[in-house]
Amino acid sequence: MATAPDISAPLRLLDLACNQPARVTDVDWALLSPPEARRLRELGLDEGVDVALIKRSGVLGGPVACRIGRMTVAMRRHVAGAIRVERDG
Amino acid sequence: MNPAPLIAMAGNPNAGKSALFNALTGARQKVGNYPGVTVERHAGRMTLDDGRPVELVDLPGAYSLDPSSLDEQVTRDVLLGKQEGERRPDAIVVVVDAANLDNHLRFTLQLIALGIPVVVALNMIDLAERDGLTLDAEALERELGVPVVATVAVRRRGLDELRARIDDAVSQPAKAPVEARAEHDFRTLQRRARQIAKAVTVSETATRRWTHRIDSIVLHPVAGPVILLALMFVMFQAVFAWSEAPIGWIESLVGWVGEGASAILPDGLIRSAVVDGVIGGVGAVVVFLPQILILFAFILILEASGYMVRAAFLMDRVMASVGLSGRAFIPLLSSFACAVPGIMATRTISDEKERLATILIAPLMTCSARLPVYTIIIGAFIPNQTVGGFVGLQGLVLFGLYIFGILGAMGASLLLRRTVTRGASSGFMMEMPKYQWPRFNDLLLGLWQRALIFLKRAGTIILVTTIILWALLSFPKPPAGSDVSPVDYSVAGRVSQGIEVLVEPIGFNRDISLALIPAMAAREVAVAAIGTVYAIDNPEDSAGERAIVTNLRERWTLPTALAFLMWFVFAPQCISTIAITRRETNGWKWPLFMVGYLFGLAYVMAGVTYWTAVAIGL
Repeated sequence: MATAPDISAPLRLLDLACNQPARVTDVDWALLSPPEARRLRELGLDEGVDVALIKRSGVLGGPVACRIGRMTVAMRRHVAGAIRVERDG
Repeated sequence: MNPAPLIAMAGNPNAGKSALFNALTGARQKVGNYPGVTVERHAGRMTLDDGRPVELVDLPGAYSLDPSSLDEQVTRDVLLGKQEGERRPDAIVVVVDAANLDNHLRFTLQLIALGIPVVVALNMIDLAERDGLTLDAEALERELGVPVVATVAVRRRGLDELRARIDDAVSQPAKAPVEARAEHDFRTLQRRARQIAKAVTVSETATRRWTHRIDSIVLHPVAGPVILLALMFVMFQAVFAWSEAPIGWIESLVGWVGEGASAILPDGLIRSAVVDGVIGGVGAVVVFLPQILILFAFILILEASGYMVRAAFLMDRVMASVGLSGRAFIPLLSSFACAVPGIMATRTISDEKERLATILIAPLMTCSARLPVYTIIIGAFIPNQTVGGFVGLQGLVLFGLYIFGILGAMGASLLLRRTVTRGASSGFMMEMPKYQWPRFNDLLLGLWQRALIFLKRAGTIILVTTIILWALLSFPKPPAGSDVSPVDYSVAGRVSQGIEVLVEPIGFNRDISLALIPAMAAREVAVAAIGTVYAIDNPEDSAGERAIVTNLRERWTLPTALAFLMWFVFAPQCISTIAITRRETNGWKWPLFMVGYLFGLAYVMAGVTYWTAVAIGL
């Protein structure tokens, strides 16, 4: 992880407020293991796709539920952290 | 003579494929296995309008032709004509979820590229409409270049037209098969799928409102786990409460058959073999059919409704702490009914090491076959009183046995994932399907298939082992006037004396040593075996459960009974589980490892229980 101050720290799916509509700008595939990256692609994650954070799990750091297109997908936090987004509207 | 044309049903997971398959074939189904792999093959027959029969095969759901699990591999191999024991399909029915086109069309495009005639079933169109989507099926047909039929499998909508399109597809002259395209155009396919989805969507409003509302409660960090626990509680409660009446019916039926047989058969060996061995042995096992079916009914409902993935979501954190993921929760929950389907369900875990760890701990989930053993021992030795005013002591002990199994599994997983199945976690990523009402007919069909498997087991393994055990216990007969009991004099009695030496330190007696051998075939046989021992020992005793309980109370001490219960929490006494583990892991290494570590664990835990119980003066 870069420690240099980043003026425009990219917004991650994980950082969004729940149900805030957003669009994927890019994905930091390097943060994901090959099977994770592959499953994520199979679930339709790609640049330009509409996404939202639906449910943040409890205090214990469990998985999060996200919307990808019209599908709800459960994923671990670091995966939602690798997805960079821009707010939609 | 040409065989009936073969139609493969393919599609993404959660497209409603199996519901459509059930609607098309009805009860004319056969569940089998693909040779060499443990993936279930669901096949059925359907008649076209002109009376021609076609065979339908329901392929496992897949996201693409590039497999990441055993299931998906079978799907690909069948479609490419490479699966052993399966013809290449003459046509494919691609089932897509109308509300999820941008994802499901990608696989559809891949399948169309195979060159086999394709019919697309635009399924669950009603739910898509409910979600505010209006789709143009004709536009989709133009974009894809293959026939598209809007269907609602659960309401049988669109089935006639689908059948007609299948008829057209199989009547086409065969084309040369095309190889699947490589992974590199995955992105292109995905983008094309999104384009098409956009083009055929006439209007779109708020999405999946109901599912969101339910999820906001069910996945709530506090309410969610409470609901999951409550559901589990109701499930296990129901297994006991609802099964009482049907168990009574089965018991009277078995008793009636036994009396009938006693009346017909002349007194002697044959009668003893039939009444004590066959009817008693099989009867002692078949009475558990209601409990198994209730447990399976709950699991099937949880799965069909879409809740199971939510449970996995809630459990992921806990599972991660022992090196697994939420995905392992589903096979482990099924293992409470029976480890065999549980172990088969681990196929969806793509990481090999994680899957192996899940297989190795699955037998620690208290399966329904242990219930006969638990209930009879608890009934005989644990007083029927309440603790703290409202909790039954017997129920509490039973609950404790379940908890011991779960804790044992967690501990084992923690160790295994650091040693023999070490590896990074493959993570947890799962599609959460829409909530749906489970369809009654699908549920019945699922239960019927389970019941059949169970009865076949009772009718074969259990029947054979009880007969063999009866014979080993009955021969040779002690000479007249001998004071040695008939059981001790028999072959089994002598063999058990060898085992007794091994298990004596942990408090086991002769009855248990005798029961342990046949219980290797299936745990529930232990009860029948103990019953047979007593029946042969005291032929004048009335047979049946009451006689077993009276005998147990006379012959066993409480520490022995507790040690026996603890043994059954851990011991891998089930040939089917060992066999399925061998098949799933492709060799003898892992099943042998499993048997070894579980027997070791069982021995130590039973020993600790016995010695502790004796030390505190129970």
